[in-house]
Amino acid sequence: MVTVQDIPFVQFLDRTGSPVGSLPSFAKDSRNLIPFYKAMVRTRVFDEKVVALQRTGRMGTYASSLGQEAVSIGIASAMAEEDVFLPSFREQGGQLWRGVSMVEILQFWGGDERGSDFKGPAKDFPVCIPVASQFPHAAGVGLAMRLRSEHRVAVVVGGDGSTSKGDFYEALNVSALWSLPVVFVVTNNQWAISVPRNEQTAADTLAHKAISAGMPGEQVDGNDVIAVHECVGRARKRALGGEGPTLIEAVTYRLSDHTTADDASRYREDTEVTENWKHEPNERLRTYLAATGVWTKEDEEQLLKDCRTAVDDAAQTYLALEPELPRAMFDYLFERRPAELDEQYTNIVSARSAEHA
Amino acid sequence: MPELTLVEAVRQALEYAMLEDDNVIVFGEDVGINGGVFRATDGLVQRFGSSRVRDTPLSETLIAGMAVGAAVEGMRPVAEIQFMGFLYPAIDQLVNHASRMRTRTRGRLTCPMVLRVPFGGGIHAPEHHSESAEAMLTHIPGLRVVIPSSPARAYGLLLAAIRSPDPVVFLEPKRLYRIEREPVDSGGEALPLDTAFRLNEGDHVSIISWGAMIHECSQAVSLLSEQGVSVDLIDLATLSPLDEETVLESVRKTGRCLIVHEAARTAGFGAEIAARVAEKELLSLLAPIRRVTGYDTVMPLPKLEHQFMPTTEKIVQAALESMEYA
Repeated sequence: MVTVQDIPFVQFLDRTGSPVGSLPSFAKDSRNLIPFYKAMVRTRVFDEKVVALQRTGRMGTYASSLGQEAVSIGIASAMAEEDVFLPSFREQGGQLWRGVSMVEILQFWGGDERGSDFKGPAKDFPVCIPVASQFPHAAGVGLAMRLRSEHRVAVVVGGDGSTSKGDFYEALNVSALWSLPVVFVVTNNQWAISVPRNEQTAADTLAHKAISAGMPGEQVDGNDVIAVHECVGRARKRALGGEGPTLIEAVTYRLSDHTTADDASRYREDTEVTENWKHEPNERLRTYLAATGVWTKEDEEQLLKDCRTAVDDAAQTYLALEPELPRAMFDYLFERRPAELDEQYTNIVSARSAEHA
Repeated sequence: MPELTLVEAVRQALEYAMLEDDNVIVFGEDVGINGGVFRATDGLVQRFGSSRVRDTPLSETLIAGMAVGAAVEGMRPVAEIQFMGFLYPAIDQLVNHASRMRTRTRGRLTCPMVLRVPFGGGIHAPEHHSESAEAMLTHIPGLRVVIPSSPARAYGLLLAAIRSPDPVVFLEPKRLYRIEREPVDSGGEALPLDTAFRLNEGDHVSIISWGAMIHECSQAVSLLSEQGVSVDLIDLATLSPLDEETVLESVRKTGRCLIVHEAARTAGFGAEIAARVAEKELLSLLAPIRRVTGYDTVMPLPKLEHQFMPTTEKIVQAALESMEYA
């Protein structure tokens, strides 16, 4: 009989928001958790706004992170500024935490490449849409850090669906083999568009996939920001200590449709969604903060007000932006425009002038 | 000046680049102790150590994707895909990431990587080892596609590729790896990318080619010369971005355009050359544009591969037929 090692499941706040055992030191004073909570709420308010913009024709297709805020904030808050974040397409919470602006995120999803020219985290990768293709990049980033003996790590995120792809395994395999400073996080939101977790793999957990690569794998309650922060922080320390990568499966639930172009009612029961609303991450943390006396109704009202103002301001800025000149298509193709493209370039530049004549 | 084969020139260029820039790293399958299956990386691991010269696991998607990640983080990876037939798992990374990183981040991130890939037929290799799929790569905007056809050009173009701030696929015609030696100045001089090379100056017919077929084309130039036909032989060397002007200028002069490539004909890169000549120099033409290429068939196994590949005789014949037009 084949036996596999047990995969640990890490949780510090249970589904009702009550502590499970002893909290990690950073969480002992619950006031330290307020920035996490604020970021999670900001992410949710932001997602709501972007979906509303899409519904009114002012935004492209968008992947909301509703219900998964604790994963993204838990990851990003455990990273150092000099680390490199390689996100999938549903990690706007973490991107915001790391200093990507709301306007930039709106620009990208609104169809403007300038949204990936981050003014904040200059080394972070842009959103990765081809599923799992970001994992090999993380190995390459980790290799560069290792060769230069730097005290930094790469943190890469994919969804449950991404673990079915070969690139995922290839990146895990080499990262463990070479002890690269990489943290792999799988945001298991239970659905790869319409295909549920149990129809994606026969593996007991997605974290089990670490075993075949020879690295530690663990599950964390992805709706418990304390647990995600703690696990990613520990994995980061291992990576920095030369002990190699870790695979963390953050178990959460996608409360939204896959994207604004999707209708999840075609393939999943409302009762399942309703059930999962009962232990969504933001309320869980708010319950704990309130119970420990560091968060009031007034605090909550003020936070929502502040978030809405910030999000509305960002949306106004985004909506007022002029599109780039079409020459931008050529300006960044190579370091210098090859002579071969002069004619096409002139064509688009002169068409533009004619339009405005 | 040492006389080198093409594969030795590749090795010399890699060594020079690694000495000149600590950020240059080499990885791929069997590139370490084995020195590469063609010995293009022979001795590099002994010289530079196993940190900078790495045997990867057998995973082409990873090789290309890791090159993207390392290049974005400031390294100069020179990765090897062992044979072109095994390039396909890496195409996702070339199309979706390497070629567009600069564009999609508006210049914030760049991808100065080189992917070296031996390609082409004629060495009696097993199935999947002999194809020429360069046209597919030229259809990826933002990617440079470079193909040397002599030891000196392999040396100079590979150095240019490694120093280039843009991603480059460097296709090495493996039939030429050891076919000839020539003196190569291995003093670190790069040759220009985006520039075609005129290998023979002539007035009657332009032959446009690249890679291993330059060998047959050069033989055809001698045979045609004996018959009083002088050939302007152009080695494109960089297919993308293309040095279009050198091709057009040659055709303006000769009025006859013969394109030679080993790959299958339909949608081969010869079709692109033919289209540009037709668009821009139609009125200079004295004869129809001709293509001498592989057939539109699956590349056969070694027993039939020489039936597939264009021969010197076919090139001579096509040139003479062009000459029949006044």
